[in-house]
Amino acid sequence: MRRGVPNRAELPVLLPFRLAAPAERPPAFAPSLSWGLALAAVFALSVGAAEAQSGAGQPAILATIWKWAPLLAQGFALNIAISFLAMAIGTALGAPLGLCQISLLPPVRAGSWFVTQFFRNSPWLVLLFYCMLLLPFEVSVAGHIVPIPGWLKSTIGLSLPVMANVSELVRGAVRSIPYGQWEAADALAFSRRQILWMIILPQCVKRMTPPWMNLYAILTVATPLTSVVGVSEAMTLTRDALASEARSELLVPMYSLLLVAFFVYCYPISRATAALEKRFAVK
Amino acid sequence: MSPAGHVLRTQAPLIHIADVHKSFGKTEVLKGVSLDVAKGEVICVIGPSGSGKSTLLRCINALVPIDRGSIVVDGQEVNDPRLDKLKLRRKVGMVFQQYNLFPHKTALQNVMMAPVHVLKQDAKEVEARARRLIAKVRLEGKEEFYPGELSGGQQQRVAIARSLAMNPEIMLFDEVTAALDPETVKEVLVTIRELAEEGMTCAIVTHEMGFAREVADHIYFTDRGVIVEHGAPKEFFTGAKDPRTRQFLSQIL
Repeated sequence: MRRGVPNRAELPVLLPFRLAAPAERPPAFAPSLSWGLALAAVFALSVGAAEAQSGAGQPAILATIWKWAPLLAQGFALNIAISFLAMAIGTALGAPLGLCQISLLPPVRAGSWFVTQFFRNSPWLVLLFYCMLLLPFEVSVAGHIVPIPGWLKSTIGLSLPVMANVSELVRGAVRSIPYGQWEAADALAFSRRQILWMIILPQCVKRMTPPWMNLYAILTVATPLTSVVGVSEAMTLTRDALASEARSELLVPMYSLLLVAFFVYCYPISRATAALEKRFAVK
Repeated sequence: MSPAGHVLRTQAPLIHIADVHKSFGKTEVLKGVSLDVAKGEVICVIGPSGSGKSTLLRCINALVPIDRGSIVVDGQEVNDPRLDKLKLRRKVGMVFQQYNLFPHKTALQNVMMAPVHVLKQDAKEVEARARRLIAKVRLEGKEEFYPGELSGGQQQRVAIARSLAMNPEIMLFDEVTAALDPETVKEVLVTIRELAEEGMTCAIVTHEMGFAREVADHIYFTDRGVIVEHGAPKEFFTGAKDPRTRQFLSQIL
């Protein structure tokens, strides 16, 4: 190649490239429709395969699953209940904790930061065991003995990491509001409390909704963790059903059904989250 | 024309700035700035980027605390720990380069918010005033629009109306046209000029030299944290003595 003014085409240049645009990134938890269809296919195939393995005279696979369905549905309802309650508790505790993280008082800020980091970076299962073992199985309220069932203890255990994640969501959302908003409100003589409640937080709610819904979906698929500590939710009941049937060919169909159930519940949430994110991104 | 002729310099100035110093970390942004603004006077502060113009404005309404020196606004010492910020800020309105309208509120709500929630004025009465102010900045019919639905120039005029709703005695304008398209700059400048003609005391940081020349009673040139030169627009633009001023003007004009 000639020096001087080279032909444009032969000049070895680094063409401009762009890393994936951050605005288009999908939410962290995004089960796709094809994943759901694959699950359904796995379920159908496994039922077929199990049928083929069944010995003569044994009840049909689908009929067996159908027999257990009401019980499993009951267990799944408990999963949903745990996820609702843990989300509610986690949000109720996490939102104020997040506000403490932006406090002007250094001890409050440091304390809430520590609590947030501690629960955010601990494995969920470890927190679950902690709660199961450390919380009493009953408390005495005004002379009455009130039992704390295992599912409630494990719900509290799950709500702790939710709390920490909500806390971070709040802190991040407040930080993401341009500084000019504070300055303009300051110049109009709003107090710090007014600025936070009337100007900053209303804008944060919109920004926080998609990641908050995403967190809920993650929490929901984490609820089977409670089976490890003996809560009678869908996972535990599936295992019980399999034990009482004592037919190994049922294993894959039953667990596939459980996966399908979680997908059917979480997929709409994930779609709604993505839709909201898209709408807010345009603004 | 500006009301320069009516200004009585013998009165105590509305804004008195004396030997103000301000550092951000190790960077000294203001190194002893002094200037006075009389009631009804319009001053323009010009100078290269990073010369401390915007910081100076923010010191006047205590958005930025000063390290040393004194700023007295209508008899109130700003550099006083017991300063009543509410009292100061309802007297001093400020408009920003980035408009900073509240995006979740309509134009009308943006204008109404501070009088209703800070001054606790009657909402009905504030609304009537807010509608008048929106009409004054020529945005009639845009009351129910959200900031995102307005152009930059329109947003900036809502921001001016929002400040005026507090009935301030002083208006600070911080490079309010710097983020605008050239076509919309004029509509904002016209609004500011009208305010100046009505006798509003204004401190304007700007890069619009033609506008400064037309609207200002007094022009201050800052560079590296000090006021290098100042004077009435006519003398300033034609007879600048300091080489730094001359160089700046030759680059801009």
